[in-house]
Amino acid sequence: MPAAAPPPEALRAPLVVEFPFTRSLGPVQSAFLTGLRERTVLGVRTEAGGVLVPPVEYDPVTAAELRELVEVAPTGTVTTWAWNPEPRRGQPLETPFAWVLVRLDGADTALLHALDAPGPEAVRTGLRVRIRWAAERSGAITDIACFEPYEGDESTREREPAPHEGGFEEPVTGIVAPARLDYTYSPGRAQTRYLHGLAERRTVGERCPSCAKVYVPPRGACPTCGVATTDRVEVGPRGTVTTFCIVNIKAKNLDIEVPYVYAHIALDGAGLALHGRIAGIPYDEVRMGLRVEPVWSEDGRYPDHYRPTGETDADYDTYKELL
Amino acid sequence: MPGEESVAVVGIGQTKHVAARRDVSIAGLVREAALRALEDAELTWADVDAVVIGKAPDFFEGVMMPELYLADALGAVGKPMLRVHTAGSVGGSTALVAANLVSARVHRTVLTLAFEKQSESNAMWGLSLPVPFQQPLLAGAGGFFAPHVRAYMRRTGAPDTIGSLVAYKDRRNALKNPYAHLHEHDLTLEKVQASPMLWDPIRYSETCPSSDGACAMVLTDRAGAGRAPRPPAWVHGGAMRSEPTLFAGKDFVSPRAGRDCAADVYRQAGVTDPRRQIDAVEMYVPFSWYEPMWLENLGFAEEGEGWKLTEAGVTELDGDLPVNPSGGVLSTNPIGASGMIRFAEAALQVRGDAGEHQVGGARRALGHAYGGGAQFFSMWLVGDTPPTG
Repeated sequence: MPAAAPPPEALRAPLVVEFPFTRSLGPVQSAFLTGLRERTVLGVRTEAGGVLVPPVEYDPVTAAELRELVEVAPTGTVTTWAWNPEPRRGQPLETPFAWVLVRLDGADTALLHALDAPGPEAVRTGLRVRIRWAAERSGAITDIACFEPYEGDESTREREPAPHEGGFEEPVTGIVAPARLDYTYSPGRAQTRYLHGLAERRTVGERCPSCAKVYVPPRGACPTCGVATTDRVEVGPRGTVTTFCIVNIKAKNLDIEVPYVYAHIALDGAGLALHGRIAGIPYDEVRMGLRVEPVWSEDGRYPDHYRPTGETDADYDTYKELL
Repeated sequence: MPGEESVAVVGIGQTKHVAARRDVSIAGLVREAALRALEDAELTWADVDAVVIGKAPDFFEGVMMPELYLADALGAVGKPMLRVHTAGSVGGSTALVAANLVSARVHRTVLTLAFEKQSESNAMWGLSLPVPFQQPLLAGAGGFFAPHVRAYMRRTGAPDTIGSLVAYKDRRNALKNPYAHLHEHDLTLEKVQASPMLWDPIRYSETCPSSDGACAMVLTDRAGAGRAPRPPAWVHGGAMRSEPTLFAGKDFVSPRAGRDCAADVYRQAGVTDPRRQIDAVEMYVPFSWYEPMWLENLGFAEEGEGWKLTEAGVTELDGDLPVNPSGGVLSTNPIGASGMIRFAEAALQVRGDAGEHQVGGARRALGHAYGGGAQFFSMWLVGDTPPTG
């Protein structure tokens, strides 16, 4: 079938990837986050004697295991900053704020957080700040709601941090870290053409000009020969079950009653099998070589399933390269 | 190996693999394996010139580029640190990248490590994003593999009991390996064969577990091996091959990339009859039926004959070609580390250091890994003496 009309514009759709990851904290992060819950900021002392806040488990210079915790002050000094005029979802403050690195009194390193300030003119390197604690704290970095400018007692500024055992009642040992990524996904021109074909209930693959294999679904290029596949070829609608399994456990997010048959189906004329569900036959009667045809649902983009055509089974030799 | 220098494995360390290590962070987990490998080699962080680390996709634990944050825990500050990623085969290819650095005399002593903390991840989610316009995978993890197993059975006429023999053997081997995740003391062959059929023809007992674990090795040159406190394992050959996950003509039962990779390793090592010349194999068998499939793919049996070795007991710990004496992936599967565990267990065998699961007199052993829908293969062959020529 020759390519007729100009190719349709490639499809686009949002793809949101979202998952709550869990984290085991280990002894040092456990003490740090539990400390925040109790309004206590802990650092760790390095082999060279410096104090790292937030604390780490292993010495960045010597690789030694670090376990000597110390308590630093809730006040500190801005070491550098950047104004954030348009806060995004999930950021610490909803109104414009400054991202700041704060060296807490007693620490030798700075902590990244948000500073609540009326505008960039109110922020400077060297600004004295203090922690504004969240009203409800759970043992997370968000227990520090943000930092705020602070004028007052300067006695903590040079004070040596006090040793701390790191022991708390009901320590936090793990956290949940929700992750979310927002993409705009485009399946590209080849699959867009394929999907337009499916909308008319036609399965149109593309033939490699070099090896002559017909790819269904098409990817726009042949992965073996590395050349563009431009020649469009309608395949099917009938095909052969080349291999399969019987699914006996319910997969998440799939509303299909078990057991059901998940099969590789080589549509007539295709150079490789695609995947689909077999129905219209008892699951334990499905076999390699079974001849099938697609069954479409009212609103489905893909065939809902494939059912037997009633033809004689295909001979193994006709599909053994298409498993 | 491609370079001039011989490569020796002088340190091996693993964590005790379990379902969930809630007591440690990822840093704490990798540190444990690394320290054990250094202790085994009687070396310190200062003796290491570079660190090569591998794991499966970042999406598994959701820590993007975890190697950045692990530099402190692995003593990599001020040294080159490389991350390798080749899906499930990554543990093997990570070891090979490290070996190549020594072989090419870029570095003298390299710490290589692979890990996965699957309890903090969701592998199924990480591998099946809800991509718009695409048909969702209809079958879950095993559903990807089960049709290939059926294809193997059809092609070879293997009886349907072979898979259960492999699972029973590997789980019993695991009882002799203190680091293995599954220690199923009460398992019987009858129980394996009676376990639920999840993705027919794959039963529950024929699938791998999900583990938290790490594995580390110290690789060094001839001079380093001369200072080693214990006999090293020597790398006689190592290779990687890739092919697309899907293409017209792909042979999922015996992928060409696997055959070519094995042939390259054997050529490097001067192996002409792997069945006779190799004493132990640690192969990547995530579902039990992959043992007979890989026996053919790796040249230990003619096409269609792999299952006969399994059936005859050849691959048992006391058979003449023991496969997965450690218990294999079927007993321990921190995905990113699983390939390196195969490589490290092969090295333990030729060092005579495998403890209760030692194969008597093992002088040459193959470590094998694959991943990404049979897309990546990596293998090495280790021996108890330095390579000649």
